[in-house]
Amino acid sequence: MNETRQSILQRLRGTHVTGDHSGRSARSAPSHADWDSERLIARFSERQQAVRGEVYRLPRGQWLNWLALELPGRGLRQLLAGSGDIGRQLAAVDIRGVQLRTYDEPIEAWKQQLFEEVDVAITGARCGIAETGSLVLWPDRQEPRLTSLVPPVHIALLSADTLYPTLADAMAAENWAERMPTNVLLISGPSKTADIEQTLAYGIHGPKSLITLILED
Amino acid sequence: MNDTRQDTGRDPGGYRALHERIHDALGKPQVRDNFRRAMDGIRAHRAAQFPDPAYLADLRARAHAIRQHSLDALPELLEHLEQKLTENGIRVHWAEDAAQANAIILELLRTAGAHSVIKGKSMVSEEIELNAALEKAGIEVVESDLGEYIIQLAHEPPSHIVAPAIHKNRRDVAELFERFHPELPYTEDIDRLTGNARQVLREKFANADAGISGVNFAVAETGTLCLVENEGNGRLSTTLPPLHIAVTGIEKVIERLDDLPPLLEALTKSATGQPITTYVNLISRPRQDDELDGPEAVHLVMLDNGRSRIREHEELADTLRCIRCGACINHCPVYVQVGGHAYGSVYPGPIGSVLEPQRLGLEQAGSLASACSLCGACGEVCPVEIPLPALINRLRAEAVQSGPEDAPLPGRGRLRRPGEAIAWRLWRWLYTSPRAYRGFLWFATRLRALTPARLGPWTRYRSAPRPAARSLSELARREGFRNE
Repeated sequence: MNETRQSILQRLRGTHVTGDHSGRSARSAPSHADWDSERLIARFSERQQAVRGEVYRLPRGQWLNWLALELPGRGLRQLLAGSGDIGRQLAAVDIRGVQLRTYDEPIEAWKQQLFEEVDVAITGARCGIAETGSLVLWPDRQEPRLTSLVPPVHIALLSADTLYPTLADAMAAENWAERMPTNVLLISGPSKTADIEQTLAYGIHGPKSLITLILED
Repeated sequence: MNDTRQDTGRDPGGYRALHERIHDALGKPQVRDNFRRAMDGIRAHRAAQFPDPAYLADLRARAHAIRQHSLDALPELLEHLEQKLTENGIRVHWAEDAAQANAIILELLRTAGAHSVIKGKSMVSEEIELNAALEKAGIEVVESDLGEYIIQLAHEPPSHIVAPAIHKNRRDVAELFERFHPELPYTEDIDRLTGNARQVLREKFANADAGISGVNFAVAETGTLCLVENEGNGRLSTTLPPLHIAVTGIEKVIERLDDLPPLLEALTKSATGQPITTYVNLISRPRQDDELDGPEAVHLVMLDNGRSRIREHEELADTLRCIRCGACINHCPVYVQVGGHAYGSVYPGPIGSVLEPQRLGLEQAGSLASACSLCGACGEVCPVEIPLPALINRLRAEAVQSGPEDAPLPGRGRLRRPGEAIAWRLWRWLYTSPRAYRGFLWFATRLRALTPARLGPWTRYRSAPRPAARSLSELARREGFRNE
């Protein structure tokens, strides 16, 4: 085991490399520093919609109302939320015909219910990437990893002022390299596959629909 | 499974077996049609992502430099990666070859008491034939990528490294589902088939004891495993079961987290023509004490399996820059005609023709370098600028080289045939000796009636060339032109 490690490393070290790749830092990704807030939102929405993601722009305080209006109409009855701020706000209101379930115990304790009963889950998003239309999630205790994956519908709340032009911008501005959490997710649309005849089909393993609510001040 | 491994004694290089497989493949018009349509579609999608040639050139140069740096600094980066992963609580294992990798994984599963495994898509796991090894040990293995699941039902190897079931059409898939899941209603509708797969596989996910996945990039700086996918099966495999085992080739390491964005872009745009995949999953730790899901234990198996040897070759080492996007495959005029199974190797297409002869040795797989017209399309689309046509040419030359075998390339010179060597030497002498050449021309034109009508494969579909009655230079001399 340790021997294998040594012999692989030894072979690798024994090989002469001529490497001069000083050019690598000289090249940098094109940036979109000139994109203003409106442009960022437009690009994010356009990219999400291109992969069948739904995007709605709301005043910050309106998302609870949006849920109250939309969930019953879509036949979504069992709503999953984390134990953080979003979950607490939801717990304080009553949405007719919608039952709130909070993800507050280890998955092993309620796996079956998560798979069989929950219709829709709501999470926050740490930030968004306009260029690719990506939600960035850093799941944690308050919003566990499976929240955004198992239920058939995922609703994400994205603050408009957290949109970055590119992934590289987000990584640099938030100094990810120094503080990577257990899991980082980029989510760009609902789950899909093209494994049969290169034909797109949605909802193969993850959510069949992804709804982003962009919250603006 | 790998035809290239059989019968090398009587079929050096595997030429005969390759030609038989190609013959079979060409006789299946439906499968060829499936490939043709799929490849045309993927090429158009990729092209649409790169409207600006200057932007593409810059992205390729950046991706090339990052991957080349990874290879140059490979031992240091692997040690750094190991150190960071270990700090993060991910256990690292080193495997010399397939047997060791499978033994490590089996031991991890046994220790955890795991009887069922759900798998995310991984070409390295195909390379080590992991499924067969686990099934032999009595462990149930279910592939969860839809394409992989389809070919697992069909007991076939992948025909493409990104789209493994690309050779199947909806009717093939419908028949497989009918056979293996008679409880589900028969359908040829792709949306319904997908829904059926979701239903079947969700149950497997919920009950799996362990998840096994590949890795697209391993970031040394942060100790992070990066996986890209569209389906969500990769996320499920790496999140739901209590144990996650990732397996990767040692060449997949990159130095810094900010190397990721350009590589992700190069990978997804080149592979499927997507600006980004639905999910990019960055895993740096097992479940922490206060967290409510995620695997309690995460392991990374780092596989050499010939890679450190390939890296010793001054030219062929470029092979290891590969990020497995499959663009070379999608653009190969040979692949599009014969499909993935004709190669008989784990990795098909241009990258397979370069990688497999090095991995398995020229004596076993040298013929794959002949499955190429040297048109250059693969080299033009490769996002990390691997000069695939030059490497294929080099392999052809190495296979017939005289002189000693050298370590980086097993089987060097083993496909050299004395008759062929003499013919080429004679040709060289003739073409570098003016007097001899003129004499040859004189005889060839006078004795042209004796030209054989059959010249091996050349005359299978063509008539034999016949020299003219007088050569051009002879006619010119007769007309009084001097050689000026």
